[in-house]
Amino acid sequence: MSGHSTYEPKYAAGRWLDKRLPIVRFGVDFMGFPSPRNLNYWYAFGGILTLCLLAQIITGVILAMHYTPDVNLAFDSVQRIRRDVPFGWLLQPMHAVGASMFFLAVYIHMFRGMFYGSYKNPRELLWIIGCLIYLVMMATGFLGYTLPWGQMSFWGATVITGFFGAIPVVGESLQQWLLGGYSIGNPTLQRFFSLHYLLPFIICALVGLHVWAVHHVGQNNPIGIEPKSKSDTLPFHPFYTMKDAFAIAVFLLIFALFVFYLPEALGHADNYQRANPMVTPPHIVPEWYFLPFYAILRAVPDKLMGIILMFGAIGVLFVLPWLDTAKVRSLRFRPITRWFFIIFLVMCFVLGWCGAKAPDDIAIPIGEHGMSFKWLSRIATLYYFAYFIVILPVMGWIEKTKPLPESITKAVLSGDA
Amino acid sequence: MLKAITKTFAVVAVVSTSLFAGGMVAQAAGGGEAKPETQNWGFKGPFGTYDRPAMQRGYQVYKEVCSSCHVLDHLSFRHLGDKGGPFYDPQFPNPNDNPVVKAFAKDWTIERIDQDSGDPYDDTGIPADQFPDIYPNAIAAAASNGGAVPPDLSVIIPARTGGADYLFALLAHGYTEAPEGTTVGEGTSYNKYFPGNQIAMAPPLFDEMVEYADGTQASTEQMSRDLVEFLAWAGDPKMEVRKKVGFATFLFLFIFALLLFMTYKEVWKDVDH
Repeated sequence: MSGHSTYEPKYAAGRWLDKRLPIVRFGVDFMGFPSPRNLNYWYAFGGILTLCLLAQIITGVILAMHYTPDVNLAFDSVQRIRRDVPFGWLLQPMHAVGASMFFLAVYIHMFRGMFYGSYKNPRELLWIIGCLIYLVMMATGFLGYTLPWGQMSFWGATVITGFFGAIPVVGESLQQWLLGGYSIGNPTLQRFFSLHYLLPFIICALVGLHVWAVHHVGQNNPIGIEPKSKSDTLPFHPFYTMKDAFAIAVFLLIFALFVFYLPEALGHADNYQRANPMVTPPHIVPEWYFLPFYAILRAVPDKLMGIILMFGAIGVLFVLPWLDTAKVRSLRFRPITRWFFIIFLVMCFVLGWCGAKAPDDIAIPIGEHGMSFKWLSRIATLYYFAYFIVILPVMGWIEKTKPLPESITKAVLSGDA
Repeated sequence: MLKAITKTFAVVAVVSTSLFAGGMVAQAAGGGEAKPETQNWGFKGPFGTYDRPAMQRGYQVYKEVCSSCHVLDHLSFRHLGDKGGPFYDPQFPNPNDNPVVKAFAKDWTIERIDQDSGDPYDDTGIPADQFPDIYPNAIAAAASNGGAVPPDLSVIIPARTGGADYLFALLAHGYTEAPEGTTVGEGTSYNKYFPGNQIAMAPPLFDEMVEYADGTQASTEQMSRDLVEFLAWAGDPKMEVRKKVGFATFLFLFIFALLLFMTYKEVWKDVDH
């Protein structure tokens, strides 16, 4: 896909450099990357995510200059950042809200990939690297949420590290090794801080591979057929740099709305209370971006089974390219599966809702007693796994897909793209 | 056949979504504690600011009533004279020079270490000092207060679900007669807004408990309102500057997005898409 290099150095200095280190050539070829001409705004989230990663690293590095990873000082140091550090009142919410925005963007990016079949041959590895990025992001988000050392930080970390204790035979010693002791304490906080600083750079490396892979196989597009001629593609710059830049500006408006006007909307009041190992909060809830997985965990009465299902819910994403047996990529041409996908999307929101509520509260007032969140999350969990393990393989075999356009250009000109 | 399945699923999806929404409403109606009424605070909204005279009265209530049990963990005296703070004076951009703040700091006793002997001694506060601790540790605080540690008030508003509305309701209207059949434990009071309804803090405010210098009638409700205004600032002292910068950011981003959109259209004008 990358094609031949078109860079011609115009000046002697350019030629001198190009012969020794073709960095300008690399940049020009990189930005001129042929992209399908029919990409819509859902394809802007790659650029948006790059921005999110950079923003998190820049704000994070500055915050780390003022933060103190010590159980007696962590909570106060965050307050000091918000009150006394110059522009700390801006950087701290930017970092905290930034994490939520990062996950919002990554979820849209992933659902987009699922809808247009962007994980299919030859993009399986591109998808798997993306899943790895998501997994490391989750770890980073969890570790970061522990650092302010509020009540939810402490108890969320207690619940999540407790998962490892449920692993048979080695669980208990593994948990102690992770925590650096028998329970969460100063050694835990210090290693969590160290890892929270490390993992984003691993994400950077994975993003490098992800971008390399996409430049090698080319971007998928809303109709899911490969570009066949030159007229099917446009150079990334200036066509998609400008489209992405506009999308990024709109995304930043939403980001700014939360940072400046709703900085607490995505957090939890309990995290303004200093961590107290002697007082358990009435409801321990994780950050919103973990809620669907938390609901899956609590859907089963057995702890180990719940943990297996929860990790399975992420693990199943890695094998998605082989579970979806359909030859056609885009759900635009799969009239039945697209409805199953929409239900899948709804079920993910339902799981998120269940994760935020107490399991025994009533979710839907039907029947004599109504349906509790526990049962609702069971239904949604069942659908979540059925979608991957039953619906996608089976629909690939039996569904009659709509006819595909001949080429991207034809589809664009007839208004179908 | 397949079309029928598709339609059925669409209907199921729509119906179930509306059912969930209905469930949410039913959910909100339950619960043991009364839901605090929404108050019309001046610090709410995109252009909200704190009411300075109310904050100043609120500080007086804190000093004369609350400070016998509750600390302000994250505040120093100088914060009172910061830009946006209750006693900010544009004549003294450095709050350490602000005479009002200096006078307030003097009201407090601070323990210091003598630099020659190393012995502790009591001194009056200066603006750079933090609000002092009341108890030597949490155990002493609990022992003096019937087993419950009085919470730090500097982040009390962000640390409570419902925030300012909740705290105002709890102080101004929460202490009522327990409904029949409710037993109130020893050393606790009934409060209809407190989670579990049994609060270890005895009713803290009574009419005319403090005498306001500006002549405002010190009713329980007025004192509660003023105190919440002060504590709202204490919990989020940079709110005013944040909202101001936020507005400028919005304006910039909006115009920037518009320009980018026009550039995008210009770049693409010869491409069918």
